[in-house]
Amino acid sequence: MPQMDPVTSKRITATINGEEIEYDVEARRLLVHFLRDDLDLTGTHVGCDTGNCGACSIVFNGMLAKSCMLLAIQADGATIETIESLSQNGELTPLQQSFSDHHALQCGYCTPGMLMSAKYLLDNNPSPSDDEIRKAIQGNICRCTGYVNIVEAIKAAAK
Amino acid sequence: MLLREVQYLRPPTIEQAVRLLSQHDGARPLAGGQTLINVMKARAAAPDVLVDLQDLDDLRGITETGQGGLEIGPMTTYTQLLMDEAAGARTILGEVAAMIADVQVRNRGTVGGNVCSNDPTNHLPPLLVAMNAEFTIVGPNGERTVSADEFFLGVYMTAAGPGELLTKITIPPGGQDGFAAVTIGKDGTGIVTAAASLNGGARVAIGCVGATPVRATEMERRIGGDFSDDNVRAAAEGLGDALDPPSDVHASAEYRRHVAEVLAVRAVLQAKARR
Repeated sequence: MPQMDPVTSKRITATINGEEIEYDVEARRLLVHFLRDDLDLTGTHVGCDTGNCGACSIVFNGMLAKSCMLLAIQADGATIETIESLSQNGELTPLQQSFSDHHALQCGYCTPGMLMSAKYLLDNNPSPSDDEIRKAIQGNICRCTGYVNIVEAIKAAAK
Repeated sequence: MLLREVQYLRPPTIEQAVRLLSQHDGARPLAGGQTLINVMKARAAAPDVLVDLQDLDDLRGITETGQGGLEIGPMTTYTQLLMDEAAGARTILGEVAAMIADVQVRNRGTVGGNVCSNDPTNHLPPLLVAMNAEFTIVGPNGERTVSADEFFLGVYMTAAGPGELLTKITIPPGGQDGFAAVTIGKDGTGIVTAAASLNGGARVAIGCVGATPVRATEMERRIGGDFSDDNVRAAAEGLGDALDPPSDVHASAEYRRHVAEVLAVRAVLQAKARR
């Protein structure tokens, strides 16, 4: 919606995990805090809040993005997928199951972001090379340094 | 992080965006936000009004103008630079875009944001200086075009001033381009970068060694039209002495001077080998 007067807050509508929401947001509110604190979608994590760690990764209008570097008010009219969109009715997706099978998580803090990056990769490139997998999770930091099993899990899910 | 209170607008046209930017003191354009939102968190920037450019489709996309010439909309993302067929006319653009940060940042970060933030470690300023790009800026008093040599003014400062908007980047015909970098980790922040473009003569620009990209004019003069390996290497000798790079935790000034010569040669030879 075009709006020509500066505002400090605004009612936005967005489609989040297939559900249309309408919400008043402050212009200064980061999207990650809107998702977590207003919508209670706490699967999206805040690791660093500086755009480095990727724990807050979501899919924004079809593109993988870090939700700590977006304002909630920018999401007016947007379509967003968060980690909560993966598992349905308690059933893991093959990618999530593969993370479990390959012990691709230790503390688990980075996992939602890793899964979103991996899902985004496989949606766009169903059989990636090892190098492409590593490049795809370049923006996601695992501070347990469990990268080898994460790459293994993504590779297995790609098959 | 809670940001300082800020006002927000999302204009539907370039004209309205420019009007809003010039009407409101402390207004800043919000492009991909991959730099601006972070510096707002750190309070290193505290704009009063954000003018969100996301609806300005006229600022997006890449158009071929022939013989390798391109017009690039500043809202074009790094990912588009990588994927767009037209950008394939100058493959260096996609190659350099692939070095920037990570998938998430490349999906939102924009060409215009990269050049207008003009962080000395940014990839595109030295590349666009080497490619002899022109920058079209629209302000309240109309449109003007600025050469790459005049666009980058200082750290975080460009010719696109308050109340103005970068609307187009024009890359003249060409095709022999090179880029070489020593980075912190693979594809990390640059310690020194060098870009070259050959078009009759050579244009060489060094990044990360000053507030703005530094043209290696003496090296360019010595190369003339002789791109033989020996001549390019000889031409780079002494380039480092002409630079005044910073010393920091990643590298001494002396190392940066040395590596600038090495990278300038690599960039020119890579450009020569293309096509």
